[in-house]
Amino acid sequence: MASSAKGPAAPASGLDASMQEAAQAQRQRFKYTDDEVIEKPFNWKQVLRLLSYMKPYRKQLVPMVLMMLLGTLTRLAAPAVIILAIDEAIDKDGGDKSLLLAYGGIMLGLYVIQWAANTIRIKYTNIIGQKVIYDLRQQLFEHIQKLSFRFFDKRPAGSVLVRVTNDVNSLQDLFTNGVVNLLMDCIQLVGIAAILLIWNFQLGIAVMVTVPLMFIVSGALRKRIRFAWQDVRIKQSRINSHLNEAIQGMKVTQAYVQEKENYKFFDHMNTINKKSWDRASVLNQTFGPIIEVTAAIGTLILFWYGSHLLQTNVITVGLLVGFANYIGNFWDPINRLGQMYNQLLVAMASSERIFEFIDEEPTVKESGRARMLTGIKGDVSFDSIVFEYEKNRPALKGISLEVKAGQSVALVGHTGSGKSTIINLLCRFYDPVEGAVRIDGQDIRDVTIDSLRSQVGIVLQDTFIFSGTIRDNIRFGRLNATDEEVEMAARAVNAHEFIVTLPDGYDTEVQERGNVLSMGQRQLLSFARALLADPAILILDEATASIDTETELKIQEALKTLLAGRTSFIIAHRLSTIRHCDNIVVLDHGRIVEQGSHDELMRHGGTYYGLIEAQYRFLSA
Amino acid sequence: MEVFRQLKPYYWVERKFIFASILCLAAATALGLVYPNLLRYLIDDVVKPQNWEPVPLLSLAVVCVVSLKGFMNFLSGYFGGRLGNRVAYRLRNASYAKLQELSYPYYDTAKTGDLMSRLTADLEAIRQFIGFGFAQVLNVFLMILFGGVMMLTMDWQLTLVTLVAIPLLAFTAVRFEKNIHPAFREMRQALSHMTTAVQENITGVRTVKSFARESHEVEKFSARSAEYQTNQVGAATIWARYFPLMELLANVSVVILLIFGGLRVIDQHLTLGELVAFFSLIWYIIGPMWGIGFHINNYTQSKASGERVLELLNQYVHVKSVPDAVVLDKQHVKGHVRFENVTFNYADKEPAVTDISFDAPPGTVIGLLGGTGSGKSTIIQLLMHAYNVKQGKITVDGLDIRQLDVQSLRSQIATVFQETFLFSASIRDNIAYADKDATMEQIERAAKLAKAHDFIMELPLGYDTLVGERGMGLSGGQKQRIAIARALIRNPHILVLDDATSAVDMETEHEIQAGFKELMKGRTTFIIAHRISSLKDADEILVLDKGRIVQRGKHAALVRQSGPYREVYNIQYADRPQQDDEPALGKGGTA
Repeated sequence: MASSAKGPAAPASGLDASMQEAAQAQRQRFKYTDDEVIEKPFNWKQVLRLLSYMKPYRKQLVPMVLMMLLGTLTRLAAPAVIILAIDEAIDKDGGDKSLLLAYGGIMLGLYVIQWAANTIRIKYTNIIGQKVIYDLRQQLFEHIQKLSFRFFDKRPAGSVLVRVTNDVNSLQDLFTNGVVNLLMDCIQLVGIAAILLIWNFQLGIAVMVTVPLMFIVSGALRKRIRFAWQDVRIKQSRINSHLNEAIQGMKVTQAYVQEKENYKFFDHMNTINKKSWDRASVLNQTFGPIIEVTAAIGTLILFWYGSHLLQTNVITVGLLVGFANYIGNFWDPINRLGQMYNQLLVAMASSERIFEFIDEEPTVKESGRARMLTGIKGDVSFDSIVFEYEKNRPALKGISLEVKAGQSVALVGHTGSGKSTIINLLCRFYDPVEGAVRIDGQDIRDVTIDSLRSQVGIVLQDTFIFSGTIRDNIRFGRLNATDEEVEMAARAVNAHEFIVTLPDGYDTEVQERGNVLSMGQRQLLSFARALLADPAILILDEATASIDTETELKIQEALKTLLAGRTSFIIAHRLSTIRHCDNIVVLDHGRIVEQGSHDELMRHGGTYYGLIEAQYRFLSA
Repeated sequence: MEVFRQLKPYYWVERKFIFASILCLAAATALGLVYPNLLRYLIDDVVKPQNWEPVPLLSLAVVCVVSLKGFMNFLSGYFGGRLGNRVAYRLRNASYAKLQELSYPYYDTAKTGDLMSRLTADLEAIRQFIGFGFAQVLNVFLMILFGGVMMLTMDWQLTLVTLVAIPLLAFTAVRFEKNIHPAFREMRQALSHMTTAVQENITGVRTVKSFARESHEVEKFSARSAEYQTNQVGAATIWARYFPLMELLANVSVVILLIFGGLRVIDQHLTLGELVAFFSLIWYIIGPMWGIGFHINNYTQSKASGERVLELLNQYVHVKSVPDAVVLDKQHVKGHVRFENVTFNYADKEPAVTDISFDAPPGTVIGLLGGTGSGKSTIIQLLMHAYNVKQGKITVDGLDIRQLDVQSLRSQIATVFQETFLFSASIRDNIAYADKDATMEQIERAAKLAKAHDFIMELPLGYDTLVGERGMGLSGGQKQRIAIARALIRNPHILVLDDATSAVDMETEHEIQAGFKELMKGRTTFIIAHRISSLKDADEILVLDKGRIVQRGKHAALVRQSGPYREVYNIQYADRPQQDDEPALGKGGTA
């Protein structure tokens, strides 16, 4: 089932869950599964895992790190030059103008070096960072492609989308500038601390004594900030889920005049989101003042103790100025590190969710010894299949069925009798709990999934049309098909006629979900697609439900020749469409109740006969 | 700036936050100037004359001033945060409201992923800029202004020489902005491309998997992901060119200060304390200057985002209620539908329906039969006023629907669409979608009429079962039946079933039809179907071909005529048990 609450512990009805919120809002119209709250802030394993994505770019990292060091060192050196200039050139009796000019020249040189280093560094960190992000995104997407239906059954599309886009994007800053800035700030901090301690150990210690204090104070704060941001993200992902569905279901909403109701729902959701943001941003703001006050105390110590040291001639004026200067530069990186910490937390949460997907094992797996399934005849056998979508809700209760190559099999039964499930198992969208599906005697779990599905063509109830041209959509069936082949397939299923009436014919752009096409037209495209794939086994799952009878008849004529030599499975409610099938299998509640040809079943006078009879009964009722 | 002018209604209402945030920031900035002066005082009036008395006081002053400054900064950020969050909230609500308002023609071509990125990522950029970015930019100017004035009062010649790099810096900044803006726009575009690819891939996962096209999808995705990467790198390259340059220009000021300031101290035009204060001030000015590239970056990004959000907000709404539209009163509506010579074409296309006329007084059932794309669904959507009719007219109870309030018109109609869309909610809430106050009895009654009750009760959680965004886990027929229940619970005057039982077996369909026959007594029903059995009881069956009505009449009459209707009939009933010569006319006729 779609989104089954939060887990076994969650109240079953969902009504109880919404009770708390019901106080301030009307009954929740929609329910979305939230991401879990992550308790551990920092998972070093995860950090290492993230960093491992930089491995392929090790070589390029070296010059980048050099540039970074160069840039940071020049930045560190500049104030030192000023101090030297003050002490040796300016504050000396009479001054030394030529020395001053020399120091000025050195500084200019330092800045030019810094400029060059930074130009190179920024450019290359971004290039490397973007490559890493690209790799990660690619890996994630590729992995998602491997995951099975069970994975998608559990999750709304919106939440998967967010992983690939937003979550990966939030790592972007980390990999492009984040890590480098972090290193630079650390180096700067260590550098400044070292310089201060070398110049005057006592004063250095005195000035920096407040730093640990700040870490203690901000440490407590940090935890709250982390939870606040996590809350923001959870609320945000709810909004995403809703938007995704609200947009896709807009036509229904408008037809049912629910715009205002939905707006109310959204407003409530949006208000909660705003409150969450308010909380997080206020907490976030408290970091700044803490650092500033700590800095102020440092400065107080500098003034007081520095004056004392000046008094006793332990230090020079230049040194005092230098200290003041460096301390000024000391808090900036700390402030940035604080912000960086937040960013890091976001990144951690994102990467946790990304890795959760990457670590998800496909439930339908290829065995290591899987062979290619090629050149098959098309014998299919279902051997005592038991299957359940959810525990204790059996969908198939022991199905055995033998299909000879080239045979056409119709699956008949009420909705929910297990027709589509049989198909799902044949395509290996799921694996049976018990029993086996075999093609030409080979268990389909022993062959590669790609080769299996290439041999099995399927036309579904709900056809998905991708944005792109009509031609591209048909070609989806076989990517290397020529334009002629695409047209031939379209002609064979009578799609050609309507396609040529479109403004740009085969090159007409259809948008997502094929909005401009009628459902019947979409199904014709889907037919052409399946035909182009030229599979040995063809499945029509309620494929003609939305096609008018005449077109269907034409399709069936075309199919007659095309089905020759192929094994086919047909699910249809219009019994007229299946009467010519070699074997009609009647299902009820996950069991086969009878099977045989139309004539046999009619003679038998069982369920099938009843269904056929009923058609006429309804006609004359 | 145009973008922000247009966004004004969304932030101007919060102007008290804007002003509070700016005032606090200005105060913090002004307080920041005290510190260099204290430093100057320390050197010139304490250290040089060896007069150590004021040291404790001076030190305490530093702590007070800086703490106060920190507090002001906090307040500024606090107000800014509130501001940004409120603006984002407002804009998001407005965008959502706009989405509700936009009509079917818009959604025919809309891309979900793209719209979502506008309501999320783009709004985020605006939040950042309005909440924090704007104040930061302003702060740069304030710092230059305050710092500049203070420097001028100390030594105007030195100030002018030192700040000579500023105009250059400003010039560079403007050029940077010009270069980076298109890059950001492209980047947003590329992001939205990529989002769309992922979104379609996930929504169409069944199709992808059944064709084993995962690798094709990966290729498609890689291409878009690479496009995005290229754009990012492109923007970074521009950034890498300008950002360090701006930093260098700012640093040149420091060098100039060192040399000229040093010379002026040596020549005794300036005290050492003043020079030190100058240094402090110049860092003070230059610090934010370094950030100017960053701020411009933010500004541009938010401008690009603003454009995209505004584009949505300014989107033309095709179907709107006219001023003084008539609001239908549910109590008095009869549901008498008339089409008079209606011709309609979708944008840039051949007419989808031509010269459609029919009369459906209350209590009638109108059946629509016709090939794919023959215009059946169009007729229904026109009735709902999902599109504007340009030729001919449609009336409900004698009133032209163009004169009616759109929502009140739609409130009278319940449509079950070809494609079933269920929301992420419990089955109960999905059925009660159009009537949130429906009681459990009403919900169950509707479900029973739609023949959904039995299978719902078989689910472990019954009516509380959550169905996903596409009703995953339910079969097509089950989803359709929930959608029918959703329509029936409205107790509509006009019921439209657009191929709504295609995935339901015939027996169940018959039971459903029997159920709503009772419910729709005295009301109007439209049934679009491919199965003759679904249509046979209609008072009038319209047979459509290429947007025109080619045959009309009752089932009994239509099967007697030769024509498309009889052809369809013959095909569907070719397998009747007793091979009678006469199609079930007699029996049908007596019905």
